[in-house]
Order: sequence, then structure tokens, then C-alpha cells
Amino acid sequence: MSLLRPTDVLRLASRGLRGHPLRFLLSAAGIAIGVAAMVAVTGITQTSRVDLEEQLAKLGTNLLTVVPSDDMNGEPTRLPATAVTMVGNISPVTDISGVGELDSVGAYRSPYVPSGQTSSVVVTAVDPSLINTLRARTAQGHWFTAANEDYPTVVLGSAAATRLGVDAPGTRLWLGRQWAVVIGILAPVDLASEIDPMVMLPTPAAHTYFDYDGTTTGLYLRSIESQVHAVSDVIPQTASPQQPGQVAVSRPSDALAAKVTADNALNRLLVALAAIGLLVGGIGVSNTMIIASIERRSEIGMRRALGATRLDIATQFLAESMLMATSGGVLGVIAGYTVTAYYARAQGVSPALPLWVGLTAILITAGVGSIAGLYPAARASRQAPVAALAAL
Amino acid sequence: MSAPVLECHDLTRHHPGGVQALRGVSLRVWPGDFVAVVGPSGSGKSTLLQLIGALDRPTAGEVVLAGRDLARLSDRALSRLRAETIGFVFQQFHLSPLMTACDNVAEGLLYSGVRHGERRRRAAAALARLGLEDRLHHRPQALSGGERQRVAIARALMGEPAVILADEPTGNLDSVNGQLVVEILRELTADGTAVVVVTHDHELAARMGRRIELRDGLVVHEAGSGRQ
Ligand SMILES: Nc1ncnc2c1ncn2[C@@H]1O[C@H](COP(=O)(O)OP(=O)(O)OP(=O)(O)O)[C@@H](O)[C@H]1O
Ligand SMILES: [Mg+2]
Repeated sequence: MSLLRPTDVLRLASRGLRGHPLRFLLSAAGIAIGVAAMVAVTGITQTSRVDLEEQLAKLGTNLLTVVPSDDMNGEPTRLPATAVTMVGNISPVTDISGVGELDSVGAYRSPYVPSGQTSSVVVTAVDPSLINTLRARTAQGHWFTAANEDYPTVVLGSAAATRLGVDAPGTRLWLGRQWAVVIGILAPVDLASEIDPMVMLPTPAAHTYFDYDGTTTGLYLRSIESQVHAVSDVIPQTASPQQPGQVAVSRPSDALAAKVTADNALNRLLVALAAIGLLVGGIGVSNTMIIASIERRSEIGMRRALGATRLDIATQFLAESMLMATSGGVLGVIAGYTVTAYYARAQGVSPALPLWVGLTAILITAGVGSIAGLYPAARASRQAPVAALAAL
Repeated sequence: MSAPVLECHDLTRHHPGGVQALRGVSLRVWPGDFVAVVGPSGSGKSTLLQLIGALDRPTAGEVVLAGRDLARLSDRALSRLRAETIGFVFQQFHLSPLMTACDNVAEGLLYSGVRHGERRRRAAAALARLGLEDRLHHRPQALSGGERQRVAIARALMGEPAVILADEPTGNLDSVNGQLVVEILRELTADGTAVVVVTHDHELAARMGRRIELRDGLVVHEAGSGRQ
């Protein structure tokens, strides 16, 4: 048993490192760089993943989009007017809203704008339930209510508002044969960006003022999460029994989800690279400690003369190595957390780097330090005590 | 008549390459003895000190220190014996420039299981005993050679050793400081500590109770006597 107390060992180790401060700092920096890279990569990927997952949770992964594809001549087709009701009858479907583009209708700031200059906006009849199905929200003004859905009122997608130069509700738009009042502007719709350039007219008003026939150019629906696949399988038949081949069903959240998985793979690669950096840092620590064990022969001899056992000498060198690596680890963790915090701020999201990542990183460096110190410690402890007496 | 604190019989130490550093040395040292080991360079003085100080093992012969046959002790037991029974003083002092005089002296009990606070308290007392009470917080670089050697002696005294072994302790000192160190070592023998000093300096050796002269690894002359 060694008579050295843990505090003695710590004192010995820190004094040993203070003997060559620059060497200590450089070796610790080698470890710090590897650890900082590891922690920062974990922090950044974790932060963006948590952000993506929050988005997914908010937007839901149970949204399905149904659009008619072009026919054999390349002409756009429409879904039958019955599609909304038919698909809505599939039992796991909880919400459904249809949208139908009004091909012949343009939207203008005044009747004097030559028709055809439509500012690339799409006038579309939409079911008033659309905002709930999409979980969209208005940036300004309101969505349609039972009180105004029979009147010529419109809500603009975010891109439509920009293109028409409308920055506040209350503006009137000329829809070719009828004025309509803008009552609201939507915020960008994350899972359905095709909504953004739309000038939306409630379906009842579209029937009354524009002879809308109820055929749709898109269905948005939510289903019970576990049934999403089953539902999407039966949609083509249900929506268009005559032409099921011309119905395309997609799940917009798939793209986001794919991003989460892709980040995972990249994450692993970068962490592996950082681990190689840490290994190189460990070799640096080992090298420094071997040099120390050679240089400090007479100190070792003197300690043996004072009564140090081989174990005491080995303990001292191992502790120095571990302290060196762990100091680097602490520096690296601080740097890694700082980088993550800056990244999160730049992205405007909240940083996600759990405490255990930092603690694990520090534990890993302690492990690296002990492995790196093993050979130097053994070497120092094998030093013959007579070295203390050898004339310098 | 007390038992010798240190006894060696027919010690030999050969090095690889046919070097015979010691060729059969026998010696007895009693508590309170003040022994000078003299002889020309290469005669085996340091080798003898290493063997009786348990820093090295002889090729043949035996060393009995404080009643223990060193050949029978493990490396760990030898370390323990060095911590408790022997105090070393070297020509090069071997003080750490990173520590104050007090902390350097306190290292003398580092491997004996004494707590840090207690070590420092005893170190301060040992330094005071050697007239260095106003140098406690100086680093070795700020001390004169004589003061440094006194710090090193204070460290050797920390474990209250039965034997103090000094290899050329005055080698780096001027004659005034050399004499001072010898007088300090002499005072230590008054309370029964045995002191063995290797020295080149015959004038200093003449001031010690016993002189043992080595040549080519053999004792060629002995003068004076132990206390017995
Ligand atoms: N490790 C070693 N290997 C080979 N020879 C050695 C070794 N150590 C000592 N010697 C030899 O042993 C002999 C005695 O050496 P020692 O150091 O004991 O002499 P010394 O009397 O202390 O000399 P000095 O007065 O110069 O210090 C010398 O010839 C020396 O060269
Ligand atoms: Mg010598």
C-alpha cells in the first residue's frame, strides 16, 4: 500500500506540470483540440437535430398531400368534386381540405392592370378548414370565418402578398370580374410551400362568384399517425376511381425526417475524425511524459531515497499524465460548448448539448491520460534509486 | 554496550565490464558515531554509501541496518526502511526550485503517511533548528550554497533517522560553510544519530570521530574509534 494521500498525489502532479508550463500547455492543447472538435460536432448536430425534431413534432408527420398528375398528353388534370368527401370517409382520416385552382381568374391591384400580368400568384378556392389541416397561422389579419366565407374575401399566402405588394389586410384586389377584400396574410407554410403564392378564396364564395365546380387540384389530409401508410395506399382508388394512376400521394414530413437521419451519419463520421484528433493528442501527452521520465532521473532517485516506492513514483507520473490530459479535456469541453452556443445563436435556435456529453468527454480524457501515462509511469518507476547519487 | 546500528560484512559490488567498485568491505557503525569515508576518486566511497543506504544491492556480502538484513527485504520494504531509518544528504542538494525551503523539507515525510499540515509544521521546526527560521518561504535559488545544504540536511532529519548518510556534502561549499555543515552534522550525533560522511577533504575528515580510508574498493586504513 502506498502511504501517499490523494491530495498529496494531486499536489505532486500539479507541481510536476508547473515545472514545464509551456510543455504542459501545448500537450494539453493537443487534447483540447480533439475534445473541442468532438463536443462541438456533437453539440451542433444535436442542436440542429433537436430543432428539426421540434419542427417535425410541431408540424406533425401525419400530413398527406394528394395531387393529380398530368395526363398522357401532358395536360394538367383535376380530381373529381367527390374526392374530398370520398377520401374524408376513409376512417383514420381526421382532417381533410381540398384546394382548387381557378385557372381563368387572375388577381390584380386594379382593373387597369392588363390581364395576364398575374404577378405569378395563383387564385385558388380553398376549404375554410385548410388552416387547421395544415396547422398554418396568419401573420396578419384573420382566416375565413362562417360569417365571411360566402363573400368575396381573400387570404394571401406569404409569397403572394409580397408579389402583389400587399403588406396589410384591408387592401382590395381585382379578381377580373369582382373586387375582393384581403382579410389576412398567412405566415410561410413549412410543410406545404405551394400554398405561399396562393390568393385564397373560400370555396362557398368561389361557387357563388366564380362558378367554381368543386374539382380540386390538391387535397391536404391528416390521418391517425399509425395508419398513415395504410391510408396513403387506398387514396388513389378512393379519390379517383376512374383514373387512380393519375393520383400522387406524398408525405411532406419525409424530407425533414430524412434530414435527421442524414445528419446522424455525418455526425458519426465527424466524431470519428475528432476521436483521431484526441488519439494524436494522447500520443503527445505520452511523448511529453516519456521525456519527463528521462529528464527527471535525479528527482526520481531523490524521491526513492526519501522512501518513495516504485508504486509511489508510478502513481506520480500517472497522475501527471491524467491531470495534463484532463486539463486539456476541460478546456476542450468549454470550447465545444462555446462553439455550440454561438452556432445555436446564429441559427436562432436554442442550443442542445446535454451535460453528460461534457462529463463523458472529460472522463474520456482522463482515460486517455491514464493510458498515455502507463508506459512513462512504468518507465519512471523502474529507474534505479542510485540515479540520485550520480554526479550531474 | 549497545548493538551497532549498521553492520556490513565483506561487501563486494561488481559492475558489468569487470569493474570491481568494492572488493570486500566490512564495517560497523554504532549510534552516535561520526564516520568519515575518505579515499581517492573511484575508490568506491559512493558505492559503499549506496549499499549501506539500501539504494543498491551488493554483488556479495551482507548489510544489516537497524537489525534488518537488507538482502531479505523486498523493494517496498527497502523503501520503507529508507523513509524511516536513513537520511540522505547529497553534494548537489537535490532541492526542487519550484518549492519553498519549507515545502522542500516537508517532502522528507511525504512517503511516511504524515499529513501535509503536520509535515509543514515539522519542516518549519527542523529549519529553525538549523538556524533557517527566516528562510522558510524562500526558494532554493534565493539561498546561498551553505543555506541550501542546511535545507537538505533539515529534510534528511525529518524522519528522525537512525543513520544519516552524506555523500560529499561540502563538495559545493567554501571552507567556512563546509565547516559549518560538519559542525551541524556533529551536533546530530549527540543524540545518538550515526552520521557517515564521504569526503575528499582530509582537513574536514580530521574533525570527525572515525576515518575509514578506501582505495581500489578496499579499506586500507582506519583511525579513531566508534562510541560502542
Ligand atoms: N554503474 C556503474 N557501472 C560501471 N562502473 C561503475 C558504476 N558505478 C561506479 N562504477 C565504478 O566503480 C568505481 C567506484 O565508483 P564510486 O563512484 O564508488 O567512486 P568514488 O570513490 O565515489 O569516486 P568519487 O570520489 O569520484 O566520487 C569507479 O571506478 C566507477 O567508475
Ligand atoms: Mg563519489
